[in-house]
Amino acid sequence: MKDLIEIRWHGRGGQGAKTASLLLADAAFNTGKYIQGFPEYGPERMGAPITAYNRISTTPIRVHSNIYEPDYVVVVDDTLLSAVDVTSGLKEDGAILINTTKSIDEIKPLLKGYNGSVYTIDARKISEEALGRYFPNTPMLAAIVKVTGIMSDEDFIKDMEGSFKHKFAKKPEVIPGNMQAVEVALKEVKKIQ
Amino acid sequence: MSIRERLSGNEATAYAMKQINPDVVAAFPITPSTEIPQYFSTYVDNGEVDTEFVAVESEHSAMSACIGAEAAGARAMTATSANGLEYMWEMVQIASSMRLPIVMALVNRAISGPLNIHSDHSDAMAVRDSGWIMLFSETNQEAYDNMLMAHRIAEHKDVLLPLMVCQDGFITSHSIENIELLETEEVRKFVGTYKPEHYLLDRKNPISMGPMDLQPFLFEHKRQQWEAMKNAKNVILEVSKEFEKLTGRKYDLFEEYKMEDADYVIVCMNSTAGTVKNVIDRLRNNGVKAGLLKVRVFRPFPGEEIAKALSNAKAVAVLDKTPILNLTGGPLYEDVTSAMYTLNMNVPTIDYCYGIGGRDVTENQIETVYNDLQNLNDMSDPYRFLGLKTK
Repeated sequence: MKDLIEIRWHGRGGQGAKTASLLLADAAFNTGKYIQGFPEYGPERMGAPITAYNRISTTPIRVHSNIYEPDYVVVVDDTLLSAVDVTSGLKEDGAILINTTKSIDEIKPLLKGYNGSVYTIDARKISEEALGRYFPNTPMLAAIVKVTGIMSDEDFIKDMEGSFKHKFAKKPEVIPGNMQAVEVALKEVKKIQ
Repeated sequence: MSIRERLSGNEATAYAMKQINPDVVAAFPITPSTEIPQYFSTYVDNGEVDTEFVAVESEHSAMSACIGAEAAGARAMTATSANGLEYMWEMVQIASSMRLPIVMALVNRAISGPLNIHSDHSDAMAVRDSGWIMLFSETNQEAYDNMLMAHRIAEHKDVLLPLMVCQDGFITSHSIENIELLETEEVRKFVGTYKPEHYLLDRKNPISMGPMDLQPFLFEHKRQQWEAMKNAKNVILEVSKEFEKLTGRKYDLFEEYKMEDADYVIVCMNSTAGTVKNVIDRLRNNGVKAGLLKVRVFRPFPGEEIAKALSNAKAVAVLDKTPILNLTGGPLYEDVTSAMYTLNMNVPTIDYCYGIGGRDVTENQIETVYNDLQNLNDMSDPYRFLGLKTK
């Protein structure tokens, strides 16, 4: 991992991109890193495009601004590809991770000439099979951990078990489904460019 | 033993309040400070604090309840932002004139209108001469640390003034970052128990507080508030030294970053300072002697100390994160330049209005300020705008 990696999340209100960015910050923190996790708050409406950010660093982080040249971009909803300039400033040696069932030929024209790595995952299928409902943030979180390599699969799985126990203390019945979503996502995220 | 954690600025503030365990918290929710009373009320509900939580119906009542509690002899706290602070404005002055060391978390947000929930310092600047001590915080860590020092400063017998701890709304209040926490026992030992000398519930020594104060004495009482504010400077330094012994974290009236030989200096407050430090390191690699003076204690304003620290600079830029509508410079600029004038200093100093209503403050913007300072040929244009969209 580089000394500092910067990640930008694009999602729609209600999909949990903000929560995913905070959980990613938590996971990286637990590996001993310095972290920032912060959403860009706009009008808080279901379905409106939202942005969230992560910095993960081996040294203390001082900068307090949004991220304009991310190493990684996560797109939680592929309808955003034509609505938001998701590859803006994205570094060519980084990667974009998209929740989609589309092929590279369908996606490519929407990436505005971005030539770096492209990863995809079908977070809808994973979530619906594991949880019975569409919560894309858990599979997307697992997928970006895999893509960035900020920690090993084993460490991440252990860490998420701890987080879910805490987060879902009042509804433990949803923990196995979430863990299944994590484990399947780690396996199914694939590089298509 | 310090505890390695990751918390948002609001979480850190609420956690500090939990460790302090005040007698009374009275608050009304307003973005972006809402989470502070929200988290704190959970601590109350869980029985983790002994605090009486008063869920008031407005900010005016929040400050009124704090005044009542503090006058009765209790330690009282509140949290607010922007229009919430404006709504308590009348009581803000009453608190300081009654010499009640109430502590407030102010999560800085733009004052309406038009409506905006994001950060600038217009709320803090609107109460800057209300007789409150004002500490500013770059990070969640500083918001936490300032809160732990707050009561020791405010309640000191030579001070007895209310105090607000400021941090930038969303930018630090809602960003999760690393933080070092103290053990609760250490905090309680450091903060100590509140033992007011005069209070309403002292049945053996009955007093009245806040009565009418006309021509014979109001002037003298205002002078006493002035003395208290003057005394606060030394008390802040003493408490900060003691805090440093406990934590290893050094606090002063202001922080100097690479100022020893700095030619070009930015003066600013809160979260922007971290971004400025990054830019300074980059510029220094290119041979530019850039420096930062970050104001921590804005009230009392350490004018003489700041002016002296700036005396060797070739040019200074003051960043004011508040709309400047008076055509004579922002509040921080006016304070810095009048302190310089009093000491007969003539360092070219320009003012930037920036970051209004949450406009993102980038490293590129800060770099343009240092570029401007290096090419400052005349002072015909001292009032500038940073990060403003132009066609």
